[in-house]
Amino acid sequence: MNKQPITSRVHLPILIATAIILLVVVPVLHRCGIISDFTLGNWGKYLCYGILAISIDLLWGYTGLLCLGQALFFTLGGYMMGMYLMRSIGGKAMPTFLSMRGFTEWPSFFLPFSSFPFAMLMMVVVPGLLALGFGFLAFRSRIKGVYFSILTQALTYGAALLFFRNEMLMGGNNGFTDFRTLLGFDLRDIGTKRSLYIATALLLIGVVALCKWLTGSRFGLIQRAIRDSENRVLFSGYATANYKLFVFVISAVIASFAGALFVPQVGIINPSEMDTSKSLEAVVWVALGGRGTIIGPVLGAISVNALKSWASSGATADFWPMILGGSFVLVVLFMPKGIVGLPAQIQGVLARLKKKKEEEEIPAISEKSPATDP
Amino acid sequence: MITRFFPSALAAISLIGTSVKAAETVKVGVLHSLSGTMAISETSLRDVLLFTFDEINAAGGVMGKKIEPVVVDGASNWPLFAEKAKQLLDQDKVSVTFGCWTSVSRKSVLPVFEEKKGLLFYPVQYEGEEMSHNIFYTAEAVNQQATPAVDYLLAEGKKKFYLLGSDYVYPQTTNLVLLEYLLSKGVPLENIGGGFTKDSSGKIISAGKYTPFGHTDYQQIVSEIKQFCASGDACIVSTLNGDTNVPFFKEYAAAGLTAETAPVVSFSISEDEFRGLPAKQLVGQLGCWTYFQSIKSPANAKFIKNFQAWLGKSTVPGIVKEGRVTCSPMVLSYDGVYLWKAAVEKAKSFEVEKVLAALEEGVSFDGPGGMVTTQKNHHLTKNVFIGESKADGQFKILKEFKNVIGEPFLKGTFK
Repeated sequence: MNKQPITSRVHLPILIATAIILLVVVPVLHRCGIISDFTLGNWGKYLCYGILAISIDLLWGYTGLLCLGQALFFTLGGYMMGMYLMRSIGGKAMPTFLSMRGFTEWPSFFLPFSSFPFAMLMMVVVPGLLALGFGFLAFRSRIKGVYFSILTQALTYGAALLFFRNEMLMGGNNGFTDFRTLLGFDLRDIGTKRSLYIATALLLIGVVALCKWLTGSRFGLIQRAIRDSENRVLFSGYATANYKLFVFVISAVIASFAGALFVPQVGIINPSEMDTSKSLEAVVWVALGGRGTIIGPVLGAISVNALKSWASSGATADFWPMILGGSFVLVVLFMPKGIVGLPAQIQGVLARLKKKKEEEEIPAISEKSPATDP
Repeated sequence: MITRFFPSALAAISLIGTSVKAAETVKVGVLHSLSGTMAISETSLRDVLLFTFDEINAAGGVMGKKIEPVVVDGASNWPLFAEKAKQLLDQDKVSVTFGCWTSVSRKSVLPVFEEKKGLLFYPVQYEGEEMSHNIFYTAEAVNQQATPAVDYLLAEGKKKFYLLGSDYVYPQTTNLVLLEYLLSKGVPLENIGGGFTKDSSGKIISAGKYTPFGHTDYQQIVSEIKQFCASGDACIVSTLNGDTNVPFFKEYAAAGLTAETAPVVSFSISEDEFRGLPAKQLVGQLGCWTYFQSIKSPANAKFIKNFQAWLGKSTVPGIVKEGRVTCSPMVLSYDGVYLWKAAVEKAKSFEVEKVLAALEEGVSFDGPGGMVTTQKNHHLTKNVFIGESKADGQFKILKEFKNVIGEPFLKGTFK
């Protein structure tokens, strides 16, 4: 317990250095042509996934709520952005999913999305309200542990089925695609892409800072207390349901913003992003990076997705899921605290070796000492 | 010193060797799902593409250059498809890409190919309503599959049509086109089954019965179909996708329906899908494609023989060698490579714009399914076949429509 502040003091310069690299060095290198557009685009995507991973960790690692529906909030944010992007394509022609159903004008719920501030507001309101309503019902009924996980999984599955339906008028199976402009900037323009990357990096740093502050505050203490023994916190007079609800809503909104930045960078949003497997995948990133830390999930998300990008082409294209799966198994077996736990783990092993060595040396001395004694 | 010197000299020589080799090859992208839900269908296309490249390379390559395939895995993950398309165009700088199966994967890479001015050949039957400058659709358009099938059924004396499909854009669009087509052929509205959805003004916006992906309970729908088919002059037009066909045909057989009383024409079942379906339950049902493995022609016999021989020798990790069949999407992939080759040779260039111009002007290839010719509208003129399924998972060809011109925009054209 006492070690916590020391490690965070060591971490702070590393964090600042990483922030500078992500925010300044990478865009400058891209501008000079050293980092390709493709690499920059991929990193924008990885950072979005990193933000999603933090939002899961805030629930799972810090509050003990394993949410398997976080991809839903991510995708909802993406859809809100997608609606704005669809509206800003311009022109008289309706997108196919509307013209197919006989629409010659936009349905009324699409109309306000031509305003970017409104779309941004909806990125907070829609996932926030959904999390508030669902969380209120779940936490009031004291649904915990695996039951909470199953319910969140069912929620995202149900939502995916709904969005797959063409009657929803949200693009059905194909979703939204073929975006043109964002805030008047051409999405194909390289400057826009760089700006989107910088916005993602800024959001990531902001979210990291927010979570650092939140988990380091008294609130964070209660959060962790709930994780470790909710009943004791409850009997100490804290309304744990309200705390959990607050964390649930915050993490839903964080995931939503990550999704909103994800969509213009990859160019498509469709219901398969809400799939339960996507939520599970994100949980794996958190486990791999190290849950209960802020940086771990980001590292996990980036490393898994970078591995995925690298391995799914060329010689390994046929069996890369096995490489990915194999590395998960290795981490679970040998690195229970994930990537961030690795230095401490190595230190532990070294310390043990050192101790062993000392133990071997001590008898040698004690053997000598009687001999020197007369 | 000598021992030190030799390996580095060898390395230098081999380096020169590779750089010479690189100059003599042309990079070609293969963008299919090799993992995830679509892998079962798309891996076959990867296999046939690699076979085609080897066949062309053995015959001297394209304009003297050997094809160097760059295989990437889209993993049935649509954002990953877009990323992989960017990688092929930006990093690998491929001259052409062959890929995609689902409409959503095509929609996700379309903006990438347009932005980076690439060229994609798309080989799987689709709903039309699209014509990108940077995509060439060797796929069947709706009028190369659905409308010829209806023509055949009308000629067979069928008067009632039940429309059934999975709920996504291909079945929805196909059935709307079919509705217009059937009405234009004098089939009254009450003879078209499956139900209609109308908008507030009473205009039909969706025709037919739709079930979600992975639906398993077809009891109610089959009993509705049984009633509909009681008159004996009805048929079922199915755009059901993939594995939902299994519960549907089980329920269909259990209800006592047969190919004589109520034939089903399916647009999503080819020989390759048959490998995963109970073929015996489907005997006598109809299929409609621009190629069947059972086509008797020297070109097809040669294609099947060479493909099987290639499979036997192939060292691609994890490739399935036993019980392989050929089907329409595979042949349209094969045709696509040869059409691209013909266009490159006509344009005398690998540049996308020049190749596209040659394709739009029209090049032909005498493939396993007969002659295919490119059109100005980025689709193909090709032969269409109606087949009847047999117990061994093959089709007996019943009718052939010669040189059908592919037309992507059909809605509102039948009056």
